[in-house]
Amino acid sequence: MTTHASTAQPSYLVDTGTRKGLLAWLTTTDHKRIALLYLYAMSMFFLIAMGIGFVMRLVQLTSFQKLITAQTYNALFTVHGVIMIFLFVIPGLSAVFGNFFLPILIGAKDVSFPRLNLASWYFFMAGAILAVLSLFTGGGAPDTGWSFYAPFSLKTGTNVSLAVFAAFVLGFSSMLTGINFITTIHRMRAPGMQWFRMPLFCWAVYSTAWIQILATPIVAITLVLVILERFFGIGVFDPAKGGDPLLYQHLFWIYSHPAVYIMILPAMGAITEIIPTFAKRTIFGYKAIAFSSMAIAGVGSLVWAHHMFTSGMSGMALMLFSLLTMVVAVPSAVKVFNWVGTLYKGSIDFQPPLLFALTFIFLFCIGGLTGVMQGALAVNVHIHDTYFIVGHFHYVMFGGTGMAFFAALLYWFPKMWGKMYSKKAIYASWFPIFIGFNMLYFGMLILGLMGMPRRYYVHLPQFHTMHVVATVGSWFLVLGLLMFFGTLLYAILKGEKAEDNPWGGVTLEWTIPSPPPLENFETIPIVTHGPYEFGAQEGKS
Amino acid sequence: MSGHVHRDDYGARLGMWLFLVTEMVLFGGLFIAYSYMRYRYPAEFHHGGSELNVTLGVTNTIVLLTSSLTVVLAIVAVQRAERKRALAFLSTTLALGLIFLVIKSFEWGAKFHHGLYPNSPHLATLPPGEQVFFGLYFTMTGLHGVHVIVGLGVLSVMLWWVATGRVRQDRYIHLENSGLYWHLVDVIWIFLLPLFYLAA
Repeated sequence: MTTHASTAQPSYLVDTGTRKGLLAWLTTTDHKRIALLYLYAMSMFFLIAMGIGFVMRLVQLTSFQKLITAQTYNALFTVHGVIMIFLFVIPGLSAVFGNFFLPILIGAKDVSFPRLNLASWYFFMAGAILAVLSLFTGGGAPDTGWSFYAPFSLKTGTNVSLAVFAAFVLGFSSMLTGINFITTIHRMRAPGMQWFRMPLFCWAVYSTAWIQILATPIVAITLVLVILERFFGIGVFDPAKGGDPLLYQHLFWIYSHPAVYIMILPAMGAITEIIPTFAKRTIFGYKAIAFSSMAIAGVGSLVWAHHMFTSGMSGMALMLFSLLTMVVAVPSAVKVFNWVGTLYKGSIDFQPPLLFALTFIFLFCIGGLTGVMQGALAVNVHIHDTYFIVGHFHYVMFGGTGMAFFAALLYWFPKMWGKMYSKKAIYASWFPIFIGFNMLYFGMLILGLMGMPRRYYVHLPQFHTMHVVATVGSWFLVLGLLMFFGTLLYAILKGEKAEDNPWGGVTLEWTIPSPPPLENFETIPIVTHGPYEFGAQEGKS
Repeated sequence: MSGHVHRDDYGARLGMWLFLVTEMVLFGGLFIAYSYMRYRYPAEFHHGGSELNVTLGVTNTIVLLTSSLTVVLAIVAVQRAERKRALAFLSTTLALGLIFLVIKSFEWGAKFHHGLYPNSPHLATLPPGEQVFFGLYFTMTGLHGVHVIVGLGVLSVMLWWVATGRVRQDRYIHLENSGLYWHLVDVIWIFLLPLFYLAA
């Protein structure tokens, strides 16, 4: 581990080419700048969709129903889902932190195909713009829910075709990113960076990239079929013409369940980077974590029909998919045990990234265990299409991926911008986030068990108390999130200068300046040991 | 060290193969739909297949397979620095691809003429299984046709690059990858032929 001397190379944030300012950013092929382009765009979409979620909660305080009609409410939950899923959690940690840190963590100057990387961002933005356009053109905002189930999606007068095409373009972006990352990991590792010396975030991104390649084309073709069905009536999903709407559900979930792992795997990878750094000891069970990522990618591709237990399937299929769903919980649990095992007897340095990482573990465990509950067939029949499902996937996607995203952002923030945020303000924002989150989504779990169906504009009186609790929780949550983003934004603009290695991390990104220079390393490092050897480093110093 | 463009032909080829995997899965979704529907309507698919022109289908197969051969010959020619021969082979490939599309358009035209197209009044009178058969026929051969058109576009660029020397003896990865794409178009057609034309 050599510390760099005062380097002559300027940071990647400084324009060094012939182009300056915005144009330099929009034509950049630097993986770090592309990561920030993703981050800024995604943060904006996140805030928009958060606002929509906030309004949806207000509707459940029935007095607001004078402002929002039932049709608008249908559009709101569709748009909230489409934006959050396709524009925030699917690109998620992979597009932002994968782009920024994957090359650095393996000791490379960039990804394998830098221009393709920029093209992926443009596909992402094109898809995003189409998605926004679909709200205001044609028959108005889609009202199908984000899953676009046939036959309703074939018959509704709203602008499903454009929204679905937007998802198709976004899928293309995701696929190209996957191709880029796999090639990068195979071809760009620094000398001595063997597969089992890679930081585990790289393994997570690698597994994710394989899902992106193997699953995304299925949803792409399914969405194309929806468009063809709407324009030409080809009949594949239309029972009147001999088609089968259940085929749509299968094809949709063949992608969209693995997509859940596209969302969560890089999040788990980031947590795996954060925990050893703040426990100051090597990760417990390196290979178990690496292989569990691959196992999740593999088994996770075989569980899609658990979204359809009530749709109609043979008893044998039901039992098989139920069993596989239980099995996929095992590699996730392996990771949780390894994280806890790493913390055990570590010399813990409590910092904001660790707080959010621990929050991730706590909330993800609730999300994961409620998932296993739904994998049980009899329970599933009772809670299918209720708020329990909504609560469950917000625990996994927001409590899991979202919190890991925040943790990763806090962890790598000083490296990315070379600035440090106010730790006190971050701690202060954590309380409303945590309290609001649990009021809102645990409230939903309870509502679901009581029998409140999802996507309903109105509710029966017996559900009202819990709806009020959840809505008040959403206020805390939004307040905390605004404090969180505000703190970081302030730090980017006016924060103190950060050290190169503020957390005492030992992976490669902490050996280079903050913010890193254009090509990351002055000389490509030669790697001689595994990623988390704190003892070795202490021995030398 | 900076300013030098990173070049990794092996990596470029790996990336292309990964892209081809996504293409296979893309068509894979349609093959799933096809197999399910055929399992459901065996008699209707049999009857639907008998409406298709086997002669034209087989002719197109030969045309496309030959064009795949000429792409390979063009790559070999570039590797041997025989630019004129490479240009001739690439032009042949483009011509064969166009012939494929022309034959295809005659076939589609004939189907339209007989009222066999999605949402047509005639098709609506046929049993549901046959409606699905023709829905899938137009979707899958149509998507394949789109790939032929994209392939022709890519190969036209390659023709230009070979002519201008951007693709040459020591730098032919772009042509090689375009060739791989063209083979994929070919391979998918080899599956479409028995599934539709020989289904009867």
